[in-house]
Amino acid sequence: MIETQFTPDAAGAIPGPDWLARRRVAAAEQVAAATMPSVEEEVWRYTPIGQLDLSRYQLADDGGGTSTASVPEHSAMAETSNGRLGGVELPAEVAAQGVEVRPLGEGDAELAASVDVDMFALMNAAFSVEPLLVRVPPGVSVEGPIVVRHWLDADGGAVFPRLIVDAGADSSVEVLELYGSADISAFISPVIEIRVAAAARVGYLAVQDLGPKVWHIGSQVSHIGAQAHLRSSSAALGGEYARTRLDTHLSGRGATGDLISLYFGDGEQTLDFRTFQDHAAPDTTSTLLFKGAVDDSSRSVYTGLIRVRPDARGTNAYQTNRNIKLSEDAWAESVPNLEIENNEVHCSHASAVGPINSDQLFYLESRGVPTETAERLIVAGFFDEVLDQFPVLEAVPAVRDRLQSKIEGLGHRGVDGETGS
Amino acid sequence: MSEQQGGPAMSELVVEDLHVQVGGQMVLNGVDLRVASGEVHAVMGPNGSGKSTLAYAIMGRPGYEVTSGSITLNDVDLVELSPWERAHAGLFSTQQYPTEVPGVGLENMLEEAVEAAGGDRSAVEAQVAAEAELVDFDPDLLYRSLNVDLSGGEMKRSEAVQLGVLRPRIAILDELDSGLDVDALAAVSHRIEQATHEDNLGVLAITHFSRLLTVLHADVVHILIDGAIAETGGPELAAQLEDTGYDPWIDTRAESPVEIHLGGDPWP
Repeated sequence: MIETQFTPDAAGAIPGPDWLARRRVAAAEQVAAATMPSVEEEVWRYTPIGQLDLSRYQLADDGGGTSTASVPEHSAMAETSNGRLGGVELPAEVAAQGVEVRPLGEGDAELAASVDVDMFALMNAAFSVEPLLVRVPPGVSVEGPIVVRHWLDADGGAVFPRLIVDAGADSSVEVLELYGSADISAFISPVIEIRVAAAARVGYLAVQDLGPKVWHIGSQVSHIGAQAHLRSSSAALGGEYARTRLDTHLSGRGATGDLISLYFGDGEQTLDFRTFQDHAAPDTTSTLLFKGAVDDSSRSVYTGLIRVRPDARGTNAYQTNRNIKLSEDAWAESVPNLEIENNEVHCSHASAVGPINSDQLFYLESRGVPTETAERLIVAGFFDEVLDQFPVLEAVPAVRDRLQSKIEGLGHRGVDGETGS
Repeated sequence: MSEQQGGPAMSELVVEDLHVQVGGQMVLNGVDLRVASGEVHAVMGPNGSGKSTLAYAIMGRPGYEVTSGSITLNDVDLVELSPWERAHAGLFSTQQYPTEVPGVGLENMLEEAVEAAGGDRSAVEAQVAAEAELVDFDPDLLYRSLNVDLSGGEMKRSEAVQLGVLRPRIAILDELDSGLDVDALAAVSHRIEQATHEDNLGVLAITHFSRLLTVLHADVVHILIDGAIAETGGPELAAQLEDTGYDPWIDTRAESPVEIHLGGDPWP
């Protein structure tokens, strides 16, 4: 039993369609009856979840300022501030294609699938103020990404953004989500649902660049239909404790899911990833590439599971997680898992945690590149493989720049007193 | 990476009584060498004689511990310097199997190296293009990651481009001829010889076979056996090697008491 202000009454008081209000209250009742997750559970192992005190946070009031994160050329855009939907920019020619970018309304009950993968996803179901729908009709290709930019500046605020991407059969769309915050203490628990109907193609990129005192516990649940393709990616750069759980269901025959992420921890950050590649249909393919670096006394956790269900013959599933440990006090955990219930499959996983490759360092140094510069080149190069595979190409230069600014801090943060700028 | 403009300066790499330990085992047991500007020296020896160790120890690769003796370049003691400081002192080395560095481009690396040595990074792009043409290195490959998805010949052409841009005083070439085709070997060797004439580059070429010396002409040949120079001579020494192999020198060394604790299994 969790005693917080996150009560069924509070959930019921949030305005919205009746079906959504009922769903909120039901979810809040489940939250109230739940026990807080603990590191005793495998899925929360290695995390600081025990330090989470939800009573420190309250549902954020009205929206605050807006993000100044750069936004690339786009087809449409929505902004949230402290969880409240601000402006939606949907040009007439895009709307004329039947593309929808709007909060969930009266007629959308059937869209509210249950994705309650953990207590925080339940909290999102209960307290998401204005769930946002991005819908692309069958056969429509959207030119340029649809951008959703989130901003937090309510100190002590708790926000629960929810995004539903509904790509109709044989449609094509890219979605970019940007998360940023002021230097505040806050709790954000987003849920992203992605439905990729048969033969549709969806690219998704989340850039998480929250402040160093923000907790982020997010979930993404996707369903990929027959012959459809999802390329889902993220760059996790900010947050105090930032966790993303990815549940990717390859539900239709011939579905493909590419999961590509990078993360860079410094200071005291903990970056946490739980991935689930669920092959539920024949001839499905999933490739996962997560690469991270941990500096200072930061930590990262990657645990991944590939599951091949009994009738998912012809599955190809790959999972690769590589980590560079940049300081003595940094720590990275990598735990890949396979669970295979069909013999006609190709699966592999690889994981590694190690320092900067000394042969590469020697090669660059032997040309006259000073050690610290060589380290930065190698670390930047390490992430190139990920950046090269990101969808939403328009957004990649900004990610590269932000990542580079973190890499530039390498050896200059002086955490252990041995170095300093 | 010399800053000298105008007439090529004279330089000398001096290795004296060099003892080097790798992984707890002595590999070099007192090597003496002097390589001056404009000279090409070949160090030849059988497998396990310490050739690559000599190259790495001079460049300062971590794990190659100098236990006694000295390495100097123009009277600068290199032993205490990191590899990049040795490069700035004028040293360059090629590896038998150059290391792949994913995501790092040739030009980017050279810009950083040139800038760190006080040079003009904005000049690098044009220099790279010019050097690539000299050794017929496909310009498209300049944009690949260092040594990634390159053939043996392409890697060595890439290293010749690096040498041309960095203009070192002394270059150590470790098995330059391994893994590359005849055309690439000729192109790279030609560029190096050109540097010895025009830029007064001194060369220490490490090789197992005398094949290299038919395209890269050595002034001095050293035979390295069990971590020490067994004999030094002119190019005729390489010709003699072609006929006899290393046996005559190995037999000589076998009678030496030093041999007793050398070359064996470190974990008997």
